[in-house]
Amino acid sequence: MENVYSALMQALQLTIVVAGAPLLTGWVRTLKCWMQGRRTAGLLQPYRDLARLFSKDIVLAENASWIFRFAPYVVFGATLMAGAVIPLISFDLPLGATADIIALVALFATARFFLALAAMDTGTAFGGMGSSREMTVASLAEPAMLMSIFTVSLASQSTSLSQMAHVITSTPLVLRPSLAFALLAFILIAVAETGRVPVDNPATHLELTMIHEAMILEYSGRHLALIEWAGMMKLLLFSSIGIACFFPWGISGHGDPLMLPPAFVILAAKLALIGIFIVLVETGLAKMRLFRVPEFLGSAFLLATLGMLSFFILE
Amino acid sequence: MQSPLDLSIASVIVLLCASAAAPLLSSKQKHLVTFTFAASAFASLLAFAGGLSALYGGAAESVKLLIGLPDLPFYLRLDPLSGFFIMVVAALGFCVSIYSIGYVRSFIGRRSVTPLAVFYCLFMAGMLLVLLSDDAYSFMVSWELMALSSFLLVCFEDERPQNRKAAFIYLLIAHIGAILILLSFGLLAGNAAGFTDFSGYTFQAMRESGISGGWASAAFLLGFFGFAAKAGVVPLHAWLPEAHPAAPSNVSALMSGAMLKTAVYGMARLSFDLLPVSAWWWGGLVLTLGLISALMGVLYALMQHDLKRLLAYHSVENIGIILIGLGLAMIFTSFNMPLMAALALTAGLYHTLNHAMFKGLLFMGSGAVLHATGQRNMEGMGGLIHRMPWTAPLFLVGCLSISALPPLNGFVSEWLTFQSFLLSPVLPSRLLNILIPLGAAMLALTGVLAAACFVKVFGVVFLGRWRGRHKTEVHEVGWSMRAGMGLTAFACIALGVFPTLMIDMMNSIPGAMLGVKLDVHRGLSWIWLAPVSAERASYSAPIALLGICAAIAAAYIVAHARKTAVRRAPAWDCGFEKMTSRMQYNATSFSMPIRRIFGFLFSIKEGARASGKHPSAFFPGKYTYTLRVRDRLWYFFYKPAADVSFWLARKAGKLQHGRIQIYLLYSFVTLIALLVFA
Amino acid sequence: MTVSFAAQINSVLAALILLASFGLLVQRRIYGLLHIFAWQGLLLSISAAVVGYSAGLHHLYISAALTLSLKVIALPYILYVLIHRLKIHREVEEVVRIPTTMLIGIALVVFSYHLTAPITELSDLVTRSTLAVALATIMLGLLMMITRKKAVTQIIGFLAMENGLFFAATSATYGMPLVVELGVALDILIAAFIFGIFFFQIRTTFDTLDLKAMERLKEEE
Repeated sequence: MENVYSALMQALQLTIVVAGAPLLTGWVRTLKCWMQGRRTAGLLQPYRDLARLFSKDIVLAENASWIFRFAPYVVFGATLMAGAVIPLISFDLPLGATADIIALVALFATARFFLALAAMDTGTAFGGMGSSREMTVASLAEPAMLMSIFTVSLASQSTSLSQMAHVITSTPLVLRPSLAFALLAFILIAVAETGRVPVDNPATHLELTMIHEAMILEYSGRHLALIEWAGMMKLLLFSSIGIACFFPWGISGHGDPLMLPPAFVILAAKLALIGIFIVLVETGLAKMRLFRVPEFLGSAFLLATLGMLSFFILE
Repeated sequence: MQSPLDLSIASVIVLLCASAAAPLLSSKQKHLVTFTFAASAFASLLAFAGGLSALYGGAAESVKLLIGLPDLPFYLRLDPLSGFFIMVVAALGFCVSIYSIGYVRSFIGRRSVTPLAVFYCLFMAGMLLVLLSDDAYSFMVSWELMALSSFLLVCFEDERPQNRKAAFIYLLIAHIGAILILLSFGLLAGNAAGFTDFSGYTFQAMRESGISGGWASAAFLLGFFGFAAKAGVVPLHAWLPEAHPAAPSNVSALMSGAMLKTAVYGMARLSFDLLPVSAWWWGGLVLTLGLISALMGVLYALMQHDLKRLLAYHSVENIGIILIGLGLAMIFTSFNMPLMAALALTAGLYHTLNHAMFKGLLFMGSGAVLHATGQRNMEGMGGLIHRMPWTAPLFLVGCLSISALPPLNGFVSEWLTFQSFLLSPVLPSRLLNILIPLGAAMLALTGVLAAACFVKVFGVVFLGRWRGRHKTEVHEVGWSMRAGMGLTAFACIALGVFPTLMIDMMNSIPGAMLGVKLDVHRGLSWIWLAPVSAERASYSAPIALLGICAAIAAAYIVAHARKTAVRRAPAWDCGFEKMTSRMQYNATSFSMPIRRIFGFLFSIKEGARASGKHPSAFFPGKYTYTLRVRDRLWYFFYKPAADVSFWLARKAGKLQHGRIQIYLLYSFVTLIALLVFA
Repeated sequence: MTVSFAAQINSVLAALILLASFGLLVQRRIYGLLHIFAWQGLLLSISAAVVGYSAGLHHLYISAALTLSLKVIALPYILYVLIHRLKIHREVEEVVRIPTTMLIGIALVVFSYHLTAPITELSDLVTRSTLAVALATIMLGLLMMITRKKAVTQIIGFLAMENGLFFAATSATYGMPLVVELGVALDILIAAFIFGIFFFQIRTTFDTLDLKAMERLKEEE
């Protein structure tokens, strides 16, 4: 019985990740339209976009090899696997122990590796540009990410997401400067990893400012749909990692089906708030020059390190 | 049933016989190649069986040979640690030997391959003997056998001056290292039995001597730097990027994958077995140098566009990662925390095995590319995936492994290293608590930079369009080369997906060296890797792989639910017209952002020059970009050292007059001096 | 408010003061620097008040009020007027690159932690753990003075160092005697005025506030 329940939870979780991700993106886009005084295309536009892309024919670049055709599936697969691990509404995830947060970050790295390769595959100038920039930004984000993880794991003595969240919810609330710093650092990293303003602009197709978009310029049809979908899932998943590490209150515990509906509502509320936050940041800030990104991510590293230091010095 | 030690000795004998027999066949070069490399593959199998069973059995076994000098017999010993390293060397040796059958044939007709065959076998025998020796004398003899035979292999293609120079630098640094190791053994032996007789030269006597205090530190430092010179630890790494590209690719695979590991073996043997554990700063030193090597290695690698040089710098990086594991293990041991030390040691050793496999694979792959295109410069390559349908995916496996991506093997060992880093808060020293996490961040940076580097390598060499000026007919390599690469690629996947099988087997090493065994399952079943506790962290490669595959299958079904057509068209590229292959990103442009961010660590000279009929700044006929990246250590470390030694040599050179009477006077004065002081 | 809760708040404030010091190091705009400096003063005065409340030492309230009026209002205002009059709102020019400065800063924090660890073990005040932060703030202020080119940023670095001293006094010994504190405050105020006069002098002499110009003042060789 217990196994059936956990399997159900796992299925529910995957459904939320796969089906809910476009909704979060739609929410962000709608809010952005409101903020900028434009008419919206509706919350459901990302779904329509995906459906349209799936039904379109594919135009492959002449030089594209199997790497180019295979990469979208790997990107989608690795992201979905990461989605099976991060607790969204319940800790009852049989697959939850498959990867701790370090392995989780590495799963995203696998997806990124294949996407960067695919960008190099068509032999165009922009593809290489995107892949070079993406790998540069990723390599600067990673030390900060690890330091942030380290700081959080100092308090919870664990890198397993469920356990980290569990420790935070079950201990009495104390003021922890280390966690606050880690959170700030994590936000900066998540912005860089999900390719949002001010590091990258998901809406741009201006040649010289693209990072992520430059990599997927040559994609079309179902390949593009899979990559876009994976990108939406990544936004949802990074938000959920943040929620699980820093604001886990409301995720339902083991074998507690009654908590599910409230957990679902709380999750939706948290994600909606994150969407508002993203939109406020993206409307208020301009995209920064590529060579300011090292300073941006350097600040993230600094914050995470200060978090680690203040754990030892002050707590 | 033979004992593991017998199997290993048999393997060495087969290798020595093959090397002795090779010149007899030198008139029939094809048969020579098949015979020697088949023999070395067979010998590797024997050694592999021996090493594996020693590792599995967990007991030590030793023998005294009746060769050597009077009163100084050779002692051989096979315990789990040497068994593990023998297994690593033999596993790679087997794959490389099979690969060599095809690879070395390409030299036939251009030059005699007899020296290659002879010294290849001697080199393998030397490595195995180093791992088997149980006394300082036989260790140094086999160490020299290994160093000299590899030196002769590096200068195999000796018509190129840069190869001769590379071989010379290699020989020089190898011998500086050997002298340091010899001095370290001298200290240990002297401490074990005094300086009056030779009985202290066995490792057994050194183990029992109970050396301590300043002498132990001195012996450690001498030995560590001696082995570090062989392992290519920064700042003693200068020979590595010179020697590895100069050697034939099968030899580079062995040198990078196996020979560097003998230096790691030496460090582990010295610091966990021969010397008692004392100060934590030993581990701190190893950890710091490991971190610096890892980061500098990968940054240097990113700056390269010579494929084999790039891979050689990655060896510096990976040796650094291995040293991080060893250093953490030493720190934990010094604070008397054997369980955590066992985890860190296992992480380092597992990375040793993994590095042997993926670096062997990558060097063999680079050999295949070299074989197919005739060049090592990546800027002239591109699109090889269309012409080399076997080599490309195999090379990709190597790239994924070395970039530490799940579910391949490089990730497992890096994950274990991170787990040992995460245990550092339990150390009782507050300063270490704060400093060690910064090391973890450096390791994370290294990992992603390695990934960036291999996107560059695979992207520039195999993807895109041909960048060279001339059309070259590129062809796939033969079956034996594919088989050699395929075996190592299979090992990378197997070690990545089923890491627990190997790690369980490796448990006998911490058992023998630290007295504890590691439980990596913590009550979960064998597919889970949970080295500390299930709550703390867990990773399951089989499930991750299955999950990704299932997700890919699901995505495939969903994406193909509606029939859509696929058609080929010129690349869009934002609507730019007349794309030429020279507009692609190449190795230099790919690493430009990283070069700019980390440029202060190098000495970089960049220049752009307009030329052509009417060179003007606005409409240049042709624009030439030049870039020279140099190692700052050359100026700060090597060049002063070389200048000093040249200066000394000139001073000493004044003794040479060419007059026979003066030379006789020197001998006479020496004789008198000896008679006075003796 | 219990003692442990006060200590928690004080830790958070210490962390924020440290963050502000790093903010001063990485900030490129001069007005941004002034804002961060004012925030640091505010945090400092809150911290003094909290320590005063939890330890029952009422003279700390006076120091808190003094800090508030001087470092949050008066000094930033004076500097603001100076910058406005001298028309220097361009970006801060640094001698050492900002990421490198950050790494040096982290190393300084680790170093000051290592330095104060023995003292912290001897003390039994609730605020003892913040001593490392205070020392780090002093060092970061000095680092800022070293790595910047323009005179104004150096003044801010100097004032940040003084903030560190004040914080050290509150956290190590529950504040200096009131007389000393009043004297220091007056000194700072006068220093600010003198700096102001100097700025005008430097600019009329060299036509710039870049301290590089002062290198010309040495004797010809």
